[in-house]
Amino acid sequence: MHNFEFVKPSSIADAVKALAAEGAQPLSGGQTLLPTMKQRLAAPEVLVSLTGIAEMQGVCMGEGGLHVGAATPHAVVAREAAPSYPALAALAGGIGDPAVRNRGTIGGSVANNDPAACYPAAVLASGATVVTDRRRIAADDYFQGMFTTALEEGEFITQVIFPVPQAAAYVKFNQPASRFALTAVFVARFADGVRVAVTGASNNGVFRWEEAEAALSADFSTAAISGLSVSDADMISDLHGSAAYRANLVKVLTGRAVNAAH
Amino acid sequence: MPKDTGIGASTKRREDVRFLTGRGVYTDDLSLFGQAHAVMVRSSVAHGRIVSIDTAAAESMPGVLAVFTGEDFKDVGGNPAGWLINSRDGTPMREPKRPVLAHGKVRHVGDAYAAVIAETYAQAKDAAQVLADATVIEELPAIVDMRAAVADASNRVHDEIPDNLCFDWGWIEDNRAAVDAAMKAAPHVVTLELTNNRLVPNAMEPRASIGEYFPGTGDYKLTTTSQNPHLTRLLVCAFVMGIPENKLQVVAPDVGGGFGSKIYHYGEEALVLAAAKRLGRPVRWTAERTESFLSDAHGRDHVTKIELGCTKEGDILAIRTETLANVGAYLSNFSTATPTFLHGTLMAGPYKVPHVYVNVKTVFTNTAPVDAYRGAGRPEATYSIERVIDKMCRELGLDPFEVRRRNLLTPDQFPYTTPVGLVYDTGNYQATLDKAVELADVAGFEARRAESAKRGKLRGMGLSTWIEACGIAPSHLVGVLGSRVGLYDAATVRVNATGTISVMTGAHSHGQGHETVFPQIVAEKLGIPETSVEIVHGDTAKIPFGMGSYGSRSLAVAGSAMDRALDKIIAKGKKIAAHMLEAAEGDITFADGKFSVAGTDKAKSFGEIAFSAYVPHNYPLETLEPGLEETAFYDPANFTYPAGAYICEVEVDAETGKVDVVAFTAADDFGNVMNPLIVEGQVHGGVGQGIGQALCENTSYDENGQLLTGSYMDYAMPRADDVPFYTVDHSCATPCTHNPLGVKGCGEAGAIGSPPAVVNAVIDALHSGGHTHVTHIDMPVSPNRVWQAINA
Repeated sequence: MHNFEFVKPSSIADAVKALAAEGAQPLSGGQTLLPTMKQRLAAPEVLVSLTGIAEMQGVCMGEGGLHVGAATPHAVVAREAAPSYPALAALAGGIGDPAVRNRGTIGGSVANNDPAACYPAAVLASGATVVTDRRRIAADDYFQGMFTTALEEGEFITQVIFPVPQAAAYVKFNQPASRFALTAVFVARFADGVRVAVTGASNNGVFRWEEAEAALSADFSTAAISGLSVSDADMISDLHGSAAYRANLVKVLTGRAVNAAH
Repeated sequence: MPKDTGIGASTKRREDVRFLTGRGVYTDDLSLFGQAHAVMVRSSVAHGRIVSIDTAAAESMPGVLAVFTGEDFKDVGGNPAGWLINSRDGTPMREPKRPVLAHGKVRHVGDAYAAVIAETYAQAKDAAQVLADATVIEELPAIVDMRAAVADASNRVHDEIPDNLCFDWGWIEDNRAAVDAAMKAAPHVVTLELTNNRLVPNAMEPRASIGEYFPGTGDYKLTTTSQNPHLTRLLVCAFVMGIPENKLQVVAPDVGGGFGSKIYHYGEEALVLAAAKRLGRPVRWTAERTESFLSDAHGRDHVTKIELGCTKEGDILAIRTETLANVGAYLSNFSTATPTFLHGTLMAGPYKVPHVYVNVKTVFTNTAPVDAYRGAGRPEATYSIERVIDKMCRELGLDPFEVRRRNLLTPDQFPYTTPVGLVYDTGNYQATLDKAVELADVAGFEARRAESAKRGKLRGMGLSTWIEACGIAPSHLVGVLGSRVGLYDAATVRVNATGTISVMTGAHSHGQGHETVFPQIVAEKLGIPETSVEIVHGDTAKIPFGMGSYGSRSLAVAGSAMDRALDKIIAKGKKIAAHMLEAAEGDITFADGKFSVAGTDKAKSFGEIAFSAYVPHNYPLETLEPGLEETAFYDPANFTYPAGAYICEVEVDAETGKVDVVAFTAADDFGNVMNPLIVEGQVHGGVGQGIGQALCENTSYDENGQLLTGSYMDYAMPRADDVPFYTVDHSCATPCTHNPLGVKGCGEAGAIGSPPAVVNAVIDALHSGGHTHVTHIDMPVSPNRVWQAINA
């Protein structure tokens, strides 16, 4: 790891100022950035910690649904979102291990948009709103391919607002080594339709399986999707799973999520 | 009533108190005055010619004290192979020099070609990057696949070895024609091609070394992560550095696991010694985890075709194998023994097989060196045999339990000379099989299978009846087989003046529990408390010349040496007691910690005798030396042969291919058991590693020789939720006939016997679900592979 300056502002406004510095980079839970720096693959000159900002912490119900501060650790979401949005809480409680869950944050995960991360599936399936230091971005506009988002240079997430569905479930199939999602599916049933988001599977990052959404909106049962097939054309193929295998998992896990949704 | 002390007691591991409270002292925990830090510069390409290394820029970096390259070591020796294997045609194996730092060529990703020494680790790290950037390496095509390596004579890992072949070994070559004839005549022949997957050892503590040089005396000291400090000293001194053995002290303090990977001498050990001498300062190096993945000796990596000839009733008539064994880029110290005499000699299993022939071609590739890893050769043999027997049962519609019973050696057949050169001294394989069947509730399996089916899961059961040769090893025998070292061990028992005891042992504990078990034996024999005994190990300046710990040898070999030394202590104690009690030596008996005159109440405690030996006021000094300290060397008469029966039950999710091990039963015969708690722990760990190999672990290089599984993000270690609660039994004991403790060794058993049980269970589950086209899946039997197999 190379040397760097470290600042920990206590307000969003101060964070914006600090991030204007040359070579500054935001740091949230550090679950991706710190290992990258240890391997000398990243060398920011200034790290601006976002974890000391009170307005970016915590979970509460508010306008538009469940408000989750971007610097809220997974463990807190797992605990505090449970009454209002159990599927989201369960997702948070299944990320990594206790150490990861007590450091990693929702904002860090959503900003990084790792194609195998869990949170992007919840954000996309919920039709959530990503709130940043300068604007509000709809989930459908936010995710733009693996490790790619609508965030601009220096822009950081302050909050994610989740509309709470009538029923939802997240079913993850672990990559055997990392225990990230080899493929995982978040199904969310709203009054006006069903949204299905898939993470871990595609070369284009998290995506919505629209065929399944249409079928499930008409009939929320596994029978509704039994006749559908998933193309493996854009699926990731690696040591842990071929494209065809991931395409199979998309369908299998969607069915299981439908069964688990409550 | 279980014993609470001495032999057979489940004494809790005393060393765990410091390990579990963070008070262990490992090599990297040591901090020496004036120490400098070494960082190795490693190749990022698998195969390349070193065109130039410009050290100037790195040398001028802040804090840099020295830069070493292969040029600095080109005139010293190489790190040798410990076993000389001859090819079938009688020619000796090809032995390329393994230099301290790569010289001329780099031969695998991670091959160190330079080292930077600096005041701080960060400075060394910075300069290492500058040095790497100032190095020109002309990349050559990588040789990764073993079949391609032997087929393409134009591309060579070592320029002087035309076909990348180290040796082509036949065992036993004289039996080849008879085996071929038996195979031809067999009513049925089963053929199976399989891969024994390459594993990274993943010791919890990465390798680390500290070199010191004392100019006043010319002495060196190496503190290092070693399983065998004397062997490391021998290799460093006599082969690599040319240092007189008496001028190098090797210390292996607390060592956090080895699994074989810390048996071997590595170049970093020589580097820190050379650097310490040049700089006149201690020089330290600790591997980063990435370096461990790239440069620790890996395990397994065999590609095997096994044929089994049998009757239609399942009587095994002949076994024939052809194996390609990967040794990687260089010969690590035991790399040539592992695929040969630790593998081919076990290819008859625990069965009465009249004809066996084993062919092993050992191949150089542009990958990390491959050497012994927990089980070493025996897991490969066991996996091949137990998988092909399972396939035979399916092809002929036979019951796998019944087939084992038909073929297992029976107790009346011992000692039994196998067709592959071993003499099994004792065993009762039916007993362990029966015990496993009972404990696993085989009778209730179909009901459990039906219950699983209700939950949409395919349940399968797999069996493995395994044997191994351990307690390594009788020197006269291994000498004939090509070993360049003896494999005895040694112990010194020092009775202190106050009656407490220090045992200096040649065995090395890096997780096994010697500090607890060895005192149990001493306590039992001398009738003193376990807590009065301390084990000293891991320091060539303190211990007798022993060969360390690997091959499940510590108790069987070093423990036997200790037992012999204790006998000498008792014999001398009797002489002292005879004098003090004014009796004839022949009338003195020793029991329960007391020397007594037979038939009288006259007695002296062990402590009184010890005190008298060191304060010899009333002592037969004319005929007996004072002091009470004895050393014994012990060279085993034979290998020991632990054996057992393992039954694994899995559930397979056919939609995702996920395999869950839901039950695992191990019935082992380890001979006499000194500490059941530790033995069970060893079996748990070994089976855990076996399940890891069977289901999770895989070392994958791409076609350019880049390691794809170079971190825990892609290398799947088994975790607690990958393994079940084990059922472990060791009650079916047939004591080893040739060592004084009657022990056989238990360290490797679990890793040897379990992989085929797991894979057999998976195949059984798939067949029960109608997927009968699946006859084999290579390990690791990952969800992806299972699903692909089902849907092939």
